[in-house]
Amino acid sequence: MGRAKIPRKSTNIDMTAMCDVAFLLLSFFILATKTKPPEAVAVITPSSVSTKVAKEEAILVTLTKEGKVYLMLGDKAHKNAILDDINTTKALGLSATEMAKLRKTEFIGVPFNQLKSLLNLSEPMEPGKMPGIPCIDSTNNELTDWIRSVTNAYKGENMDNLNLLVKGDNAAKYPVFKSIKESFKRNDIYKFKVVTNSEAPPAGSELANDKAIEKK
Amino acid sequence: MAEMDTSSGGGHKKGPGVKKPKKQSTRVDLTPMVDLGFLLITFFVFTTTMSQATAMNMNEPKDDPTNLLKVKNSGAMTLLLGKNDLVYYYMGELSPTDASKQFRSSNFKDIRQVILDKKKATPIGDLMYIIKSDKEATFKNAIDILDEMSISEIPPGHYAEVDMSDTESQLIKMTEAANGIK
Repeated sequence: MGRAKIPRKSTNIDMTAMCDVAFLLLSFFILATKTKPPEAVAVITPSSVSTKVAKEEAILVTLTKEGKVYLMLGDKAHKNAILDDINTTKALGLSATEMAKLRKTEFIGVPFNQLKSLLNLSEPMEPGKMPGIPCIDSTNNELTDWIRSVTNAYKGENMDNLNLLVKGDNAAKYPVFKSIKESFKRNDIYKFKVVTNSEAPPAGSELANDKAIEKK
Repeated sequence: MAEMDTSSGGGHKKGPGVKKPKKQSTRVDLTPMVDLGFLLITFFVFTTTMSQATAMNMNEPKDDPTNLLKVKNSGAMTLLLGKNDLVYYYMGELSPTDASKQFRSSNFKDIRQVILDKKKATPIGDLMYIIKSDKEATFKNAIDILDEMSISEIPPGHYAEVDMSDTESQLIKMTEAANGIK
């Protein structure tokens, strides 16, 4: 008897569709990932139990472990206003081209007297090599002047718009942080935020217990 | 001109001596490409850090020498942040005679219990933690101690950062010397 022949099927599958899906997903992930905002220097922040997410558009004061202070000036409109203000109030005498260059720099990390020569460098200086904004000395706290310009730029607006962040390294010494706070206070800013890594409250602590009750 | 000769040897003489090249299939095995794709996807998924930076609110008091906050001696606890992540503390006011007895040293791990004990033992209206940081304390210490306050749920307004007095920094130095901390 002749058996019915089962046709042998090839095990080859058309991979094109699968390939399409894989690369579609890949491109999605690549495009959807936000790149980290630029950092002047590597800073390892302390952790806290705070759960509020830090907004990105902010006036950011960075404090490195060597105690150097850098400033990053938020969104474009305010940044320009701040820079114009500092140029007039501190009589820096920057020309239009120098100002244009300054607007493009992301991090400010030099004293006022070096600003002009820094802008005239043929190649931009790496933020890590900058000496930082002087602020530890109470007689020459240049950060105070910067913050004054910041408050001037935000004048007439709701002060809640001013998102002032301090990002400090674990190993930075306390006195520098204190003088940063001092320069805020001198400009009547009493509220600011500190960038931290989030951390779960330790088990058994009051906060952890309360959170557990809330969940129930 | 710059055109590719796609006709496989066509146009030339077609004769019995000329071999016809085999027509190759345009199908490529896509399996390795899929592998690569998924490998990259997994790589991206795993390397993307989900950790988003959080912000801790800081509210500084207005400096007003005419309006100093009075703190009850029984409800006050002073925390002093020193070198090497050490915390020193004392209750109430430092008495000039036996300050070294009041003065205790601790660390960030053990201080939580001390803070909590003080909180439980004191009526909430009198409770006040005074935080003072030494020159050698780090930024991390300053943030950690404030975090410790939120962990133990000390209501805002019941802790404050104050400058350290000379007596206190002297005491820290003495304790450090006694404990052999460099």
